[in-house]
Amino acid sequence: MDIFSIIGTVDYGALLPELFLLGFALVVMLLEPFLPERYKPVNFYLTVFGLLAAAGGSLWLWNRAGVNFGGMATSDNFAVFFRLVFIAGTLLTVLVSKNYLASEKFANGEYYALLLFSTLGMMFMAGSLDLMVIFLGLEVMSIPLYILAGFRKADVRSNEAGMKYFLIGAFASSFFLYGIALVYGATGTTHLQEIYNQLPTLQGRGDFLIYAGAALLTVGFAFKVAAVPFHMWAPDVYEGAPTVVTAFMSAGPKAAGFAALLRTFALFLGDYKEAMVAVFWVLAVLTMTVGNVLALVQSNIKRMLAYSSIAHAGYVLVAVVAGGPDGVSAALFYLLAYTVMNIGAFAVVLAVEGKEGSNQIGDYRGLVNRHPYLAAAMTIFMLSLTGIPPTAGFVGKLYIFSAAVSANQIPLVVIAVLNSLVSVYYYLGVVVAMYMHPSPAAEKNQSFYSLPLMLVLALTVWGTLQLGIFPQALLRAASDSLVGLF
Amino acid sequence: MDLVGLIPLLPILGFAAIGLGGRWLPKKAVSILGPGVVGASFLMTLAVFFQLFSLPPSERRVVTSLFSWVVAGNFSVDISFLVDPLSMVMALVVTGVGFLIHVYSVGYMGEDPGYRRYFAYLNLFTFSMLCLVLSSNFLLMYLGWEGVGLCSYLLIGFWYEKKSAADAGKKAFIVNRVGDFGFALGVMLIFTTFGTLDFGGVFSQAPALSTEGGQRIATAITLLLFLGAVGKSAQIPLYTWLPDAMEGPTPVSALIHAATMVTAGVYMVARCHALYLLAPFSMAVVAVIGALTAIMAASIGLVQNDIKRVLAYSTISQLGYMFLACGVGAFTAGIFHLVTHAFFKALLFLGAGSVIHALSGEQDLRKMGGLRKYMPATYTTFLIATLAISGVPLLSGFFSKDQILSAAFFSPQGGNFLWLLGIVTASMTAFYMFRLFFLTFTGGCRASEEVQHHIHESPHSMTVPLMILGFLAVVGGYIGMPHALGGVNAIAGYLAPVFADLPHLPEPSLGMEYLLMATSVVVAFLGISLAYFFYVRSPQAAERLRQNFLYTLLLNKYYVDEIYQALIVSPIVAGSRWVWERFDLGIIDGAVNGSARLVEKLALRGRQLQTGYVRQYAMAVVMGVVIILAYLVWG
Repeated sequence: MDIFSIIGTVDYGALLPELFLLGFALVVMLLEPFLPERYKPVNFYLTVFGLLAAAGGSLWLWNRAGVNFGGMATSDNFAVFFRLVFIAGTLLTVLVSKNYLASEKFANGEYYALLLFSTLGMMFMAGSLDLMVIFLGLEVMSIPLYILAGFRKADVRSNEAGMKYFLIGAFASSFFLYGIALVYGATGTTHLQEIYNQLPTLQGRGDFLIYAGAALLTVGFAFKVAAVPFHMWAPDVYEGAPTVVTAFMSAGPKAAGFAALLRTFALFLGDYKEAMVAVFWVLAVLTMTVGNVLALVQSNIKRMLAYSSIAHAGYVLVAVVAGGPDGVSAALFYLLAYTVMNIGAFAVVLAVEGKEGSNQIGDYRGLVNRHPYLAAAMTIFMLSLTGIPPTAGFVGKLYIFSAAVSANQIPLVVIAVLNSLVSVYYYLGVVVAMYMHPSPAAEKNQSFYSLPLMLVLALTVWGTLQLGIFPQALLRAASDSLVGLF
Repeated sequence: MDLVGLIPLLPILGFAAIGLGGRWLPKKAVSILGPGVVGASFLMTLAVFFQLFSLPPSERRVVTSLFSWVVAGNFSVDISFLVDPLSMVMALVVTGVGFLIHVYSVGYMGEDPGYRRYFAYLNLFTFSMLCLVLSSNFLLMYLGWEGVGLCSYLLIGFWYEKKSAADAGKKAFIVNRVGDFGFALGVMLIFTTFGTLDFGGVFSQAPALSTEGGQRIATAITLLLFLGAVGKSAQIPLYTWLPDAMEGPTPVSALIHAATMVTAGVYMVARCHALYLLAPFSMAVVAVIGALTAIMAASIGLVQNDIKRVLAYSTISQLGYMFLACGVGAFTAGIFHLVTHAFFKALLFLGAGSVIHALSGEQDLRKMGGLRKYMPATYTTFLIATLAISGVPLLSGFFSKDQILSAAFFSPQGGNFLWLLGIVTASMTAFYMFRLFFLTFTGGCRASEEVQHHIHESPHSMTVPLMILGFLAVVGGYIGMPHALGGVNAIAGYLAPVFADLPHLPEPSLGMEYLLMATSVVVAFLGISLAYFFYVRSPQAAERLRQNFLYTLLLNKYYVDEIYQALIVSPIVAGSRWVWERFDLGIIDGAVNGSARLVEKLALRGRQLQTGYVRQYAMAVVMGVVIILAYLVWG
């Protein structure tokens, strides 16, 4: 088949969001060198517009599944749901970035273009039916992240973050790629549906290879979602990377990892279900426990949120163990809720960092006197991350745990609940510091914030409460996302 | 009917705007927005009301479902509103009287530093109250029920720097918890019995409970629900919070603790009449508690010296009347009295507020007097309200109270005894109200020179609502003018579709009805004359009464607060202290601290693994890979 006939068969409609992102990313990147200094904000607006266009395209694709590239890419509802989660995460990041970039004097065209490329990679991951495309997406997503983590070129910690992330990331990617090779060796294909069709016929050597392949694929995903013991890069990278990048990394890429993981293993399981469930069970327990326990002793809020994000990956792994439509839709809902509340929390961190130049939890003492609105918003995010009603985090956990209970994973739920209990301590520790400890210095309330930041706080607070009080619409969307998956 | 969603939405938007706007919102905007949203909500209610009225009577029950709220397994609850004659009466009272009180507050609270906070709370209250009365299921009703409780707490303790106000807020909240606990249990029992919380579903299945076992369940449900009503509507034994609630700003007392929230219990009982009818015992309990509360509160009101406390006991007493009506099966009369009471009691409170405002915050009747010449508008409207509540013929209170007394007398569930309690209460009501009126407005002024110097009539934003309420307190009764006086009793006809399942009461003989009516008129004038004698003609006689043992007993409110303190509060505090010291500090905290130390140790140990060296991170990855591989391939 020659290239032109392939181009002729592409369903461009099904690729609309990706095409928008690609187009805007290229425009932003190519325009950057030609923009005079005072027109630099154009990059920001172009990026926002591109994301909104991609969101519109995604919404249009809801219930309009189309398959592309010989069945390698799809735009089913599952992909649409995740595209919207990614766009939400990226858009919120872009909004908080505007002033941050100005104060850090970043070259903003590159920055925005890299964010868009990374988001594009996530979209490939979520919309892919083929292991090769998943891998492609994984790399398209990860490489901009490596660069972004080291974006503060003059800062040693940022350099270290970028370097570490790159080295460990490349290492993990190689396992993933090897896993694909083994699966191909067993089945002669990398297409998920075809692999799935072949599973019942495999014996002997094929069986051996498929297990080995599944193990390595799991490692690849576990690395991306920072599951223990593949998590060790996360705290260092989160702390060293520029805060805006940390916010970005903690949400979208994690969701993308789970999107590909869910798609791969939801189809993959069959007779292999029991063994894989055992692996994910252990990963879930380790991830939740290590994340929560280590978060307890952190004094830097970015590091605390890094361990917290590990712990939350553990909760989503509980949903993966639960499996089935209930488990997967619970995972989808949780990832959206997590994106909203976590980026909200990072927005507050960013604002405090900008105002007071510190990321130490100790410096949040008496924040309510200096920045009452930031403190109030942070309280909502902390309550939500803890899982206290009426917030998104509560509903998310409720649905994950109830899915796990109906899948008869009672001990796992008990462990998860105990873990939530541990997390109360460090999340509410922030609230206690903000409200109950006196300010170190008697400063007056000086709340003035940039418009994009206020917009992000308003959106994330609203989202956290909306999903917590009226979750039905999104729960339904999450379960509608599974059409054709099961 | 689609507009019904807007009725509660507008006040919550007002709450959000004022609450979030904070200092950025100019005070003027708050003065417009706060009352404005409630006024708009009132117009919406009127529109829905007329839409409902255009339907044939049998179809006047429309449920509008906005969206599904909670879905968990077979349990599902919608955010949905019920528009029927009963809910519309309540919504009209809440938004109508509520609007007037909001306007009044613009003047009354004008100088208060917490002006914005005040209107935010008031709007939130209106929203919660509308959820309560418009809900079409028990869960949303419960949300409103708790919401109004919260707002009541916040507004009683509005001047929280004052210890007595903060304590009163706490007391209201805690006492109400007892009732709410019963209400919550009742709602749960309803769900386990009927499998739904939807009014339509519950009440249509209710007749299935007419078996003997079913009646026991119905009795349990209704008694639990009534416990909630006893708390919210301040009946024996949970009424003690309401007099203390007078620590809040006076318009709050008018809105929450007279016209709307405290009547929620009456509304709830009337709404659940289908269940109450199955439980004769519960009906009897409701009637007896109502009658006893009416007479007890009225007797305490006879001697109180704080103008607002007299009105508070009067409110408790009048709420007792409403429950008496419900208990004898005369739900229409109960709701009718609820409406007229909302008019004249809100007016009395607002009038009292105007007086307090003029006297620089003075609330003691002994330091008032002679205000008639300073405050003509307040005087006139207050007189109207006093006449109305005393049961003077041709004013609103006369009609509604008379319906209740006549129902208590004629209904098979009623009886002479209940009627007697009611009629004695009526004469006491006339007495204490005119005592209050005379002490406030007639005679010479007993205030200090300093205070007298400042006495002034209140601004228009306060007097205009007084006049409107005064008008309503006069004419409000004509919607329920009895057949015996040649009226048509419009409210009974209007509410008939709601109470269509009520058994028909025996038609009383006309002569007997006239006789009862005459009796109530006589006792009302008896009470008024006594008050005139003691407080205008010969105040020395009133002084002599003070030596009486009964007087002391009443002045101290039968020592109920002290008894509760000794029998309930102190033992609980002592017991809690014991549990706290022995059990909580020793065992629980010991265990918690122990496990926390354990976790912390683990964490410190775990942290050492995070060395920062990439080679060790890679090693961890490799180990993970090996373990997973080993498990999957050879496991």
